[in-house]
This record gives sequence, C-alpha cells and structure tokens, in this order.
Amino acid sequence: MAEAIDKQDHLFVVSSSPHTHSGASVKAIMLDVIIAMLPLTGAAIYLFGWNAIRLLLVCVISCVATEAACRKAMGRNAGIDDLSAVVTGMLLAFNLPPALPSWMAVTGSVIAIALAKQVFGGIGYNPFNPALIARVALLISFPVAMTTWSPWIMAAPAAGIDALTSATPLGAFKSAIDFGQTVPYLTNSTTFMQFFVGHQNGCIGEVSSLAILLGGLYLLFRRCISWQIPAFYLGSVAVLSTLIWAVAPDKNLPPHLHLVTGGLMLGAFFMATDMVTTPVTRKGMAVFGAGCGILTVLIRVWGGYPEGVSFAILLMNAVTPLINRATRPRVFGTGKKKS
Amino acid sequence: MPNLKFCKMKIIKAPYKSWGGIHPRYHKDLAADRALREMPLPELLQISMSQHLGAPAKPVVKKGDSVMQGTLIGEAAGFISANVHSPVSGVVKDVVPAITLTGAMIDSVVIEPDGEDKRVNDLAPLADWQAVAKKDLIARVAAAGVAGMGGAGFPTHVKLSPPPDKTIDTLIINGAECEPYLTADYRLMLESPERVWLGVSILRHILGAKTVRIAIEDNKPEAIRAMEQAMRNADGDVAIVELATEYPQGAEKQQIFAITGREVPSGGLPMDVGAVVENVGTAAAVFDAVFEGMPLIRRITTVTGLPLNAPGNIIAPLGTSYRALIEACGGCADTVKLISGGPMMGIAQAIDTVTTTKTTSGLLALGAPDVSLYESMPCISCGRCVDACPMNLVPSELSQYLEAEDYEGAEELHVMDCIECGCCAFSCPAHRPLVQHMRQGKARVMLKRKKK
Ligand code: SF4
Ligand code: SF4
Repeated sequence: MAEAIDKQDHLFVVSSSPHTHSGASVKAIMLDVIIAMLPLTGAAIYLFGWNAIRLLLVCVISCVATEAACRKAMGRNAGIDDLSAVVTGMLLAFNLPPALPSWMAVTGSVIAIALAKQVFGGIGYNPFNPALIARVALLISFPVAMTTWSPWIMAAPAAGIDALTSATPLGAFKSAIDFGQTVPYLTNSTTFMQFFVGHQNGCIGEVSSLAILLGGLYLLFRRCISWQIPAFYLGSVAVLSTLIWAVAPDKNLPPHLHLVTGGLMLGAFFMATDMVTTPVTRKGMAVFGAGCGILTVLIRVWGGYPEGVSFAILLMNAVTPLINRATRPRVFGTGKKKS
Repeated sequence: MPNLKFCKMKIIKAPYKSWGGIHPRYHKDLAADRALREMPLPELLQISMSQHLGAPAKPVVKKGDSVMQGTLIGEAAGFISANVHSPVSGVVKDVVPAITLTGAMIDSVVIEPDGEDKRVNDLAPLADWQAVAKKDLIARVAAAGVAGMGGAGFPTHVKLSPPPDKTIDTLIINGAECEPYLTADYRLMLESPERVWLGVSILRHILGAKTVRIAIEDNKPEAIRAMEQAMRNADGDVAIVELATEYPQGAEKQQIFAITGREVPSGGLPMDVGAVVENVGTAAAVFDAVFEGMPLIRRITTVTGLPLNAPGNIIAPLGTSYRALIEACGGCADTVKLISGGPMMGIAQAIDTVTTTKTTSGLLALGAPDVSLYESMPCISCGRCVDACPMNLVPSELSQYLEAEDYEGAEELHVMDCIECGCCAFSCPAHRPLVQHMRQGKARVMLKRKKK
C-alpha cells in the first residue's frame, strides 16, 4: 500500500461522502433572520424614534462584544462570524421598552450572551432562548423600568371619551379587570387595526404585528423557520382565547385582540422559532407551538403578569428535549416509533 | 397506427411519495449527450478479485499464464461472491494484493493485453432461453459473474435465488440514476433499450414475477421514450414508472416504496416484501450472459466533472485504472478530489492508480471551487437533517449519541437502518459530518454484533 502511494506524485483530497453540499450555513441562516428583522427595525424606529436606534445599537454592540470576549476567554476562535450574537442583540432590543436606560440594556446583553449562551458551551448548546432569559432577568431585576411605557391614547368605550394611559393594552386590561371593571377600550376592528399596525404601547419590536408578519413571511419563504411553530402557536391562542371569551365576554379580551397585543406575534415568529431551543421534528414543532399558545393564554388570563409570552416560550424550551424524544418519527420499515 | 391493441405498455407516475429527500444540483448536462464509446486498451489491466459485494473471488490464474477474453481468472469463493473473467486476451503479469476503490488491499490479477481480443467460448449462447430451465439460467448468470451494477455490486444469482418461502411478485428495474453527474444508465437506456428489455424479460422469467416496473426519473424523458419503444410488445403487467426527480429515488428501499407502497422491514431485504430490484445495467449484463454467452467483463462508466476537458460515457474493461479513464476523457490537471461514483455516495480516492470494477458507475473529478474545507459546528437543531432523511431517522440526535460513543443508544435509534445516502449531511447548515458518524456507528455496532 505504502508503495502504491509513494509512486503517486500527489494525493487527492479524501473525505467521507457526500462530496457536495446544499450551501446552507449557520451564518446564512442568521443573515436571513437579520433581513427578516428589517421591517421590524423600520417600524421600531418609525414608532419610537431615537430610543429604538439607541437600544438596537447598544444591544447589538454589547452582545457582539460579550460574545467575542467569552470566546476569547474560553480559548475559542474569537470571531463572531456566525452572526448569532447580532441576532440575539436585535431580538433583545425588540423585547425592551423604549425608555429603558442604556446601562440596563447592556446588563441584559451580557446576561443573554454570557450566562444564557456561553456558559452552556456557546451556539447550539443553550437550552433557553438567550434574549428571553435576558428579558425575564431584567423584568425581575428592574420591574419598574421594564414596565414603563410611553403615554398612549386609547379609545375608551364610554361614549367618545378617549383616555390617556401609559399602560400596554394587556396591562390596562388586566388592571381594569382586577378592579372589577370591564374592557377599558373599544374592542372593535378599528382598535384591532390600530394595534395591528403598531399604534399601541409595548416593547419596541413587539407592537407592529404588520412588520412582524412581513418578516415572518420572509423567514417561511426562505425556509428558515417551519410553519408549524407559528401556526400552532397563534392557532392555539386563537382557539383557547375564543373559548374563554365565549364563556365570559365581559371579563376577557376577545381573541382578535389577543393576537395583536403583547409579545405574541414577535414570540410566534421570532422567539419560539429559535432553532437551537426548539424541537427538531415537525410533530415536535407543532407540539411546541401549541404548548406555547396554551401557556400564553393561561398566564395572560390567570397569571400574575399581564403578559405570558416570554414565560411560555421559556417553559416550553425546558421541555424541548422531552418533546424531541416523544416525537421521533416512525423509522422506515419499523412498525413502531423509534423507542 | 401501430398495433395499439397489443400495446399494453403504460407509463405511470409513482403512486407513493417516498419520505425525505433532497434536490442537489444534477450537473448531468456535462455528459448526458456524450454517446457511449470505447476507450483505447490500457497497457495494463489490474483486475481486483473484489468486484462485488461479499467474499472476494479466488484467483485461478498465475503469473505467466495466457488468458483470452472471457477466461475465468477468479472463482467465486462462497455463495455471496462472484466469478471474475479476463476482459482481454493477453498474459498474466502478476497476481498481487492491490488497493481497491474501498481502500482495502485485495488480490488482483494484472494482465497485459495483446490487443488481439481472442475470445473463449466457455459459455454457449442460449438464444432460446425461454426453453432453458430456470436453475440453468441462474447458473448461467452466476457463471458469467454478473453482479449489481448500480453501485452495491450484490451478486445477481443470489438475488435470483430467493428461499422457497419467499414469493417474488414484483420485479423493479432501476433506471432512476438519481446520483448527480452520472449518465451511464441513461446512455444505456437510450442506446441499447432492447438489450435492457430482453435482460428484463429473462429476469422476469427466472423470478416468475407477475408485475414488472421500469423506474426512471422524470428528468430523463428521452430514456423513457426509448424504453417505451423497446417494450412496445410487452405483455402482462408491465409499466414504466416515472419517478419524481429527487435524490435518493434510486435507493432500493425508497424505490420499492414509491412503486408498491411496501416498506422493506428494518434489517430485512426487498424479497421480504415480494420485490427484487435490479439495475438497468445488470439487466443488460444478464442479456449478454444468456443471449450471447458473454461474461461481465466491462461496463459503462461516466467520467465527468467540471475540470475535465471532455467528459464522456466510456465502455471500459474491468481493471482500467482511473488515470487511464481520465486520460481517455481529455485529461485534467486541476483535479483536487477524485470520486469513484457520484458526489452523494461515491468514495473519494487518494490515488488514481485504483482500477474499475463491476460497480464503477462513475468517476467524478472535482476541482478546487467544488472542494471546500468546512469547520463543523455544534448542531443548531434546525431539523433539516430530520426533514431530509429518507429513512426517517433523527440524524442530529444520532450524531450526538455517536460523538458520545453511546453505540447502544445509537443502535436503539436505528443507526443500522441508515442507508448512507448523505441527505442529512448535504442539508446540514452546521456542516456536521453526519454520514461519517453514521458509518462509524454502524461499524461499531457490527463489530459488537459479531462478538456476540
Ligand atoms: S445518510 Fe443515513 S441518516 Fe443521513 S439522511 Fe441518509 S439514511 Fe438518513
Ligand atoms: S441539519 Fe445539522 S444543525 Fe440541523 S438539526 Fe441536523 S445536525 Fe443539527
């Protein structure tokens, strides 16, 4: 053998098959996610102005810097060439209220990258969505700053009197119900459209369902996300909130407003679809989406917080390994599921 | 109008959709329009005794012997093995171990051709094959050393002798050629459809299969037309099945499923679901063996690749070196990677002195732009490998088990059902070496099973 090889003037490259590739790469996927977030970025800047620019810049820069520092400290290639830190930074910014001080945003970024991602071993190993971990950590550490919104005029149901509020639609609704009142704003299609395009209070990236849908469609079109997660997420929210609303329409938000308020749209298309922390099988993705939807509604209706998207997704992240195990497809030629 | 009344041949779409699959770039245009041609006889042929799946043949000639075209030079060693014959007349220069395309060292017979192509007639043509007993036909196929020419090289006579408790009702002839770049089967169907069809008729007769399906991907309409023409007088339940163009439609289990809806059981064989699959090239070889008394001594190899000057479909004697094949196609200085077979399942070769066998369907030269070195990343759980796997495995999870050397866990997750098609690794954005992991895992599990 050695002789035959010696006789050869040069050796060709050898490797295991396949010898061709689809061209997909983690970086390309991340780039697509960034492109999908451009409508949101535009909407955030249009609606919140300088604050949106500030938060996006602060989060992206500090996430990338934390990523580079962690990788350097752990002796890995210090590059951020997979762009995942940029994505995390943008997602975190989208999950922050407009007036949040920059230093808090920096704190959140460090938590997202250092604690929620690199501690576990970096990309691919983190069990929880880093941006959501950071958001929840900020919410617990800085409850006031994280729930301070800009003033917003809501169309009150009492004849013609519009009220000024500085709560989110979900927050205003929750406090009204807690005080034994009914829905504090009109629940008609005008309100729906107003919320849908983004004229409501909330985190800078979650208010405009329209912009999120545009980005989400792009992700679906580019096959960066599967349709199962958003469809089952939004579908289960719609079904469950309809049932609850049908039982007590005075005490509950109608389903069409559930869908366009809070972090639901952002969660369904951009947070619950994070590949690393969600199942790999199609069936598992459906279960994951449905689970997120059910938990979101339960928390919104009966939980202590007005909004439940972040908690719902994090809880489902925790059971993702179980879902993966339970939804392995039936192997070709076997009568039963993969045990 | 031709006698339509007797023309029962039909062309149907595959009734079932096989699972997973991918759409790689096919690059078939490089060689598809190049007619079959023979190449100048190489100065030396180095014929490996391992031309097929199973035990290597035992050399029955020695240095200095004269041989003729068709002389038996290697005798089947056991049931799953196949005879090997000399492709040329000439002198045996040596019988030595040499590296084969799988990297193993196997005895090889080195023959210097004399250029006269004198032929022995050990095997009499059986033109009246319908009158010959089935077992004699099988014996003829065995004597001629016919082995599956689609890639695996399973000895054909073994497939034709199912145990008595298995009835074969469906014979599938695989002309899918789903591997990118390769056009050998395509050219064969286009240029010799009658040989293929007569071979199919012999196979059908031997197996007594009532249903015959010729499976061709729908990106080869000319081949479908040529076969249709050759089969116009076919009787009984015979049809051409147009498969969707998708890799791996040519994989045996996937093809049986697409055509019959039957799943070959895990660890089982096609005969367990009443099917036998033979490649179109094998059918032609059966025709040659029976009708013309010609053993399997050469085959069509697609020699292709972007850096090649003149890609082509070459009829080359067994034992032709890859270097000679490349030279016959205009040569090429820029080959970085040389692949025996196609890009999805072929085997990369370190050296080009390796020689062709009955399974060499293609020789692919890749240049620098097509050879990239990737750093593999951790799995990002995107699920693309799961979507792509035609066996419905979860490659991402299996690969993690295998990295952790948990072979028992991998076995439970059916690593042994992996057909090494490469769809998973092709799709993986993290460039994980998934097929390599599967292969290592399969080898470990085999080892463990043997020990028991
Ligand atoms: S190589 Fe194996 S695991 Fe990968 S897609 Fe093919 S059958 Fe599935
Ligand atoms: S394709 Fe690669 S990255 Fe995606 S789930 Fe499979 S192994 Fe993981």
